[in-house]
Amino acid sequence: MIEALGYEFFRSALAAGILSSIVCGIIGSYVVVKHMISVAGGISHAAFGGIGLGYFLGIDPLAGAFWFTLGVATLIWGLMDRARQHIDTLIGAFWAGGMALGILCLSLTPGYTPDLFSYLFGNILLVPSGHLTLIAFLCVIVVVLVGLLYPVLQAIAFDQEYASISGLPTRIFNLLVLLLIAVSVVVLIQIVGIILVIALLTLPAAIIRPFSNTLKGMMIGATLTGMFITTTGIYLSWIFDVPSGSTIILLGVTLYLLVLCYKEVMGKRKSPAIPSV
Amino acid sequence: MENNPVIEVRNVNVYFQNQLILDNVNLVVRKGDFYAIIGPNGAGKTTLIRAILGLTPVDSGEIFLFGKPASLEGRIRIGYVPQHQMFDFTFPITVREMVLTGRIGKKPGLIRRYKDKDYTAVDTALSKLSIKSLEKRPISDLSGGERQRVLIARALVGDPDILILDEPTVYVDTPTEEHFYELLSVLSKSITILMITHDIGVVSRHVTHVACLNRRLYQHDTNHLTADMLAKTYGCPVDLITHGDIPHRVLEYHGDKP
Repeated sequence: MIEALGYEFFRSALAAGILSSIVCGIIGSYVVVKHMISVAGGISHAAFGGIGLGYFLGIDPLAGAFWFTLGVATLIWGLMDRARQHIDTLIGAFWAGGMALGILCLSLTPGYTPDLFSYLFGNILLVPSGHLTLIAFLCVIVVVLVGLLYPVLQAIAFDQEYASISGLPTRIFNLLVLLLIAVSVVVLIQIVGIILVIALLTLPAAIIRPFSNTLKGMMIGATLTGMFITTTGIYLSWIFDVPSGSTIILLGVTLYLLVLCYKEVMGKRKSPAIPSV
Repeated sequence: MENNPVIEVRNVNVYFQNQLILDNVNLVVRKGDFYAIIGPNGAGKTTLIRAILGLTPVDSGEIFLFGKPASLEGRIRIGYVPQHQMFDFTFPITVREMVLTGRIGKKPGLIRRYKDKDYTAVDTALSKLSIKSLEKRPISDLSGGERQRVLIARALVGDPDILILDEPTVYVDTPTEEHFYELLSVLSKSITILMITHDIGVVSRHVTHVACLNRRLYQHDTNHLTADMLAKTYGCPVDLITHGDIPHRVLEYHGDKP
């Protein structure tokens, strides 16, 4: 097991897993407590349109996904209040529309698209070092922004109306959150692929949720949980020679189910006592 | 009692999907008042509160806060206690942290950090509502009455000039409710209160002013309800059940006394 660390690609994979866990822990906690999982799902699937555009225009598909998801997040934000549409309906349109655009672009792109499969399903063992730098950079942005703005983010997440009466610019912050989700999605595409992004974004936060009484505690706990899941998943996928993305996700789902069972058992034994964090 | 109106609502009309929700409503709440607005479900009570808070646009008419046209400057001087069901009580936040969010409006700029002053204000608010012992508890673990107190503590922690409560007793059982009105009574000695409620019985003993809302606002400028006001508001004669000591008048005779 230790000899795996001798390979550069393996070290890159671990680094990518750990960095992305930080993003997942922070943004994922927000997504889970604000019930924004479908929003995150919509943005991540729409990212496929950006990948397709990237191929079509001959630029890095991940860069295409980056700008495209930022655009989609901004559009969803703009339409959310104005179009008087149920957010789910809006998300559905972008979800399918992005995928459709991606397929259209790919069919118009001449030649073979070798990495397409890894964008859909992810392959952390093939992270190019350029992408690792990008992931690290995005990670720093997320940590610094959330760190500086935490009291405001917490107030808005908890009670948006009260926050707006308190004079907080809630609309701008909603945009910021959507953009941060978009950024996280791009980071995670490399690790688990478009289809499994929501899982990695939400599972660590969902696993730690019953053990944490504060959003901050949840963000830290989810980050550590994410690190455990990705690191273990990468090792397992290397040992058994199976796809890394699905290994990581299945590990997360198993842990999540265990937590649910544990809660069920503990809930039956005693109810009043509260775990303190 | 001073004469400066804290809240003044002038000829306000609000439509929602072509339906008239508030019909030419006029309301004046003055400093020191403990003002209750009662009315049946769907009477526009919450709409009125939301209009005052700037959360619902007004189709015509004007709203003044502290003598000036309503704006953020006036709104941050309001301590707002929203309805219970507006809340996600599963949100991971402790009582102390939640009350602390009531201080965030007092800070300028985007990067707002809580300071010692804010923590001291939280301690004071928690003690005032006798919930200091709950401070480390997550809000998901609180009972209905405890949640109510936490919501009020959050509203009070920013040192507001008026407290606005929207249906504060909906999810509280009767003994807790009685307790709760006594608490409000005490608070009303030091702060102006505007409260809306569907609860006709208990209210008038504690409040200084009462008005009835059912699209239109009927008021008497005293704390007495009249049968006439109630009949107009509820559209039919209403029998009342009181909680308190029985020889206490809930309905004032309207017009000619027998």
